Amino acid sequence: MSDWFSKFSRKPKSANEAKERLKLVLIHDRTDISATTLAEMKDELLQVISKHVTIDVSKVKITMMHEGREQRLIADIPIKPFKKR
Amino acid sequence: MAAKIITITSGKGGVGKTTATANITVALAQLGQRVVCIDSDIGLRNLDVVLGLENRIVYDMVDVIEGRCRIRQAMIKDKRFEGLFLIPAAQTRDKSAVSPSDMIQLCNEIRKETDWILIDSPAGIERGFKNAIAPAEEVLVITNPDVSAVRDADRIIGIIESEEKGPARLIINRINPEMVKRGEMLAAEDVMELLAIELIGIIPEDEKVLISTNIGKPVVTHEKSIAGQAFRNIARRLLGDDIPLIDIELKDGIFHRISRVFNFGGE
Repeated sequence: MSDWFSKFSRKPKSANEAKERLKLVLIHDRTDISATTLAEMKDELLQVISKHVTIDVSKVKITMMHEGREQRLIADIPIKPFKKR
Repeated sequence: MAAKIITITSGKGGVGKTTATANITVALAQLGQRVVCIDSDIGLRNLDVVLGLENRIVYDMVDVIEGRCRIRQAMIKDKRFEGLFLIPAAQTRDKSAVSPSDMIQLCNEIRKETDWILIDSPAGIERGFKNAIAPAEEVLVITNPDVSAVRDADRIIGIIESEEKGPARLIINRINPEMVKRGEMLAAEDVMELLAIELIGIIPEDEKVLISTNIGKPVVTHEKSIAGQAFRNIARRLLGDDIPLIDIELKDGIFHRISRVFNFGGE
């Protein structure tokens, strides 16, 4: 009965919660890049790129990804269409 | 003959480094290998007492390094297992008595005479740990399926990589299959996914580990112990045997039934 109940109840199991919490903690532990540093990097990066191309600043995404033990900084920077003068 | 040098470490304390070192050492000796195990936890030695050799200590590692004895005099021969020697840590000194180059020199002196050198590392990421991994050709990281042990294991794996001692292999200790089944303990697969390194063994929780430690006789000597079997599998994997991670180690179903039978038939 209790087994059947737990199968259908929505209460998340503690192991899942541990795993999700660890995922986030490990990303931070591995890179040592704080949210502030990330924001600063983003601003500086955009300044440099804006010198050469027009970009859509509101749609820029800079995120941390990991593949196995490799951490990756992914920058998605949409460029505005070139306007003919 | 040139010994393969392996260090067993964890970051967090109390996850089973010394127990694992003792058991893998005995398992290798039982497979006919010559093994020297070194306790590098200066000031907090324990490998001697886990192996049941605490009354045989005359000289220790620091005595060798500081020239008070020859290395042979500090190697305690285990009379129960052919080919097994222990070099104990000093108990009345601290980690600063030893340097990474001392450890490398110590291992170089004995590696011609043995097949394996296993180094039991202290907890932490400071001097004692740096000493322990300095001579290592391979590092085994041991962890438990809990948040703090996994987090610390991840830190130590990162340091091992940056010290160019990687890739480390992982031992997951004290898995309780019944709790995993209920979803209240991280499964071995979860830990592997989080840490993203190769696995060399999973040790199920087994009360025989404590019982055998009480009497100074590592659990691998206990034929029927499931933890003992898991340690024997690790030793064979180190020898290059392809031992698949069987249900005992990975899943809960069959393991559970087997463990019940063993508990019934246990001594």
